[in-house]
Amino acid sequence: MALQSLDIERRSATTTPSPSQRQTMEVAKLIDVTTCIGCKACQVACMEWNDVRDEIGENVGVYDNPPDLSGASWTVMRYSEVEQDGKLEWLIRKDGCMHCADPGCLKACPAPGAIIQYANGIVDFHEENCIGCGYCITGCPFNVPRLSKKDGKAYKCTLCSDRVAVGMEPACIKSCPTGALQFGSKERMKQYAEERLVDLRSRGFEKAGLYDPPGVGGTHVMYVLHHADQPELYAKLPANPHISPMVKLWKGISKPAAAAALGLVVLGGLYHLVTRGRNEVSKENEKAAEKEKES
Amino acid sequence: MSHDPNMLQRYSAPERINHWVVAICFVLLALSGLALFHPVFWPLTDLLGGGTWTRIIHPYIGFLMSLSFIGLFTRFRPHNRMTSNDKEWLMHMGEVLKGEEGKLPEQGKFNAGQKLVFKSAAILLVLLLISGLVIWRAYYSLPVDLVRIAVVVHAASATLLIAIILVHIYAAIWVKDTFRAMGSGKVSRAWARQHHRAWYRDMTGK
Repeated sequence: MALQSLDIERRSATTTPSPSQRQTMEVAKLIDVTTCIGCKACQVACMEWNDVRDEIGENVGVYDNPPDLSGASWTVMRYSEVEQDGKLEWLIRKDGCMHCADPGCLKACPAPGAIIQYANGIVDFHEENCIGCGYCITGCPFNVPRLSKKDGKAYKCTLCSDRVAVGMEPACIKSCPTGALQFGSKERMKQYAEERLVDLRSRGFEKAGLYDPPGVGGTHVMYVLHHADQPELYAKLPANPHISPMVKLWKGISKPAAAAALGLVVLGGLYHLVTRGRNEVSKENEKAAEKEKES
Repeated sequence: MSHDPNMLQRYSAPERINHWVVAICFVLLALSGLALFHPVFWPLTDLLGGGTWTRIIHPYIGFLMSLSFIGLFTRFRPHNRMTSNDKEWLMHMGEVLKGEEGKLPEQGKFNAGQKLVFKSAAILLVLLLISGLVIWRAYYSLPVDLVRIAVVVHAASATLLIAIILVHIYAAIWVKDTFRAMGSGKVSRAWARQHHRAWYRDMTGK
């Protein structure tokens, strides 16, 4: 953590600048869904490297296994059977944290230092500071963080920040047998995606494109999609993800506004007390009450 | 305790205890809620034993407060109905703030300001309880769009309620000897005659 602490872009529930003197390269993971075969090696690699084991579940009738992200499953393959131009297509998307440039989880988090965005773009949860409120889930436009049933803390993909910090690529990248997972500088990943898109378009996927949604400032996990015009086809990947206006209101203007309003109420009371003095029982009332008691 | 002929009984012991249970819950909820709302208040989480304890306990204190407020609500509701006198009173905020009670319509057990505190607290607590249940993730998770509305409702109603209770507390500080009413339960006849004349008449027949 010592080195990384010098490369922090943003820190949850912190109103002053974070240590950001060092400029580091932005990294990105590129998921080429067009070459993914759904083998789940990445899921296994993730479990192995991070030492997480989900509970043994039940077969839910489809390939999705485990059926959803959880405190112990930080990446899952989502399989969608869709019809395009009268043909069946089996779309497979590796789901997990997108590492947004403008992370909704970090914006929503009330615990200082529980969510860190590094200068390289990785958004990391520091569970020792997490209080388990689940506000990150409320803030996330991609429905990714999960509260662990074991310890009540929130977990998600770290983009193997520990490996990346020492110059290695994430565990999932290492395990991919088809090269559908690539990792490098964000710039390099965009170039690589461009090459893939040229190939895809030449093979009839005219709407092929890169998914790097601007609504969240771009992401550090990007997809190459054959149908970039319909991202929802891929297990409801949002077409235009953005931080909800409700979350922006809650974590934006309302924070200073409410604090200022309450401060003004207190100051107003103090001003009133100092200028008016206390409202005491008058002599006339004392006398009248005394008289009325006796009569 | 001997009976002091100068004093009038304003609140019974159960009423006072009920009030202070609600009050203690409110203070803990307000401070822990603020701690989770704005980083500037984060150190207040230490009050309940740290961030995680604050997250765990806050909802249960909320339940306790809701429950005990039902008691307060039933006890004080009969005295909190708005009258035409009250509307008149509210129209003369200038005199109210100057403490010129002689120029104001006579007030019963509760003045119009107190009645507004009572009504708004009841409404805001219902909003806080419902939105709080929606935000809570200890045992279940509700649809995220609903949660996103609830967090805004919770924050807004909490801010409003804290502001109202600050005014409530200030009023008790400003109007001298008011604290006795929720302390020993008794107020002086003169206090009652000045601040709650109609109630004073009811109590003394004068």
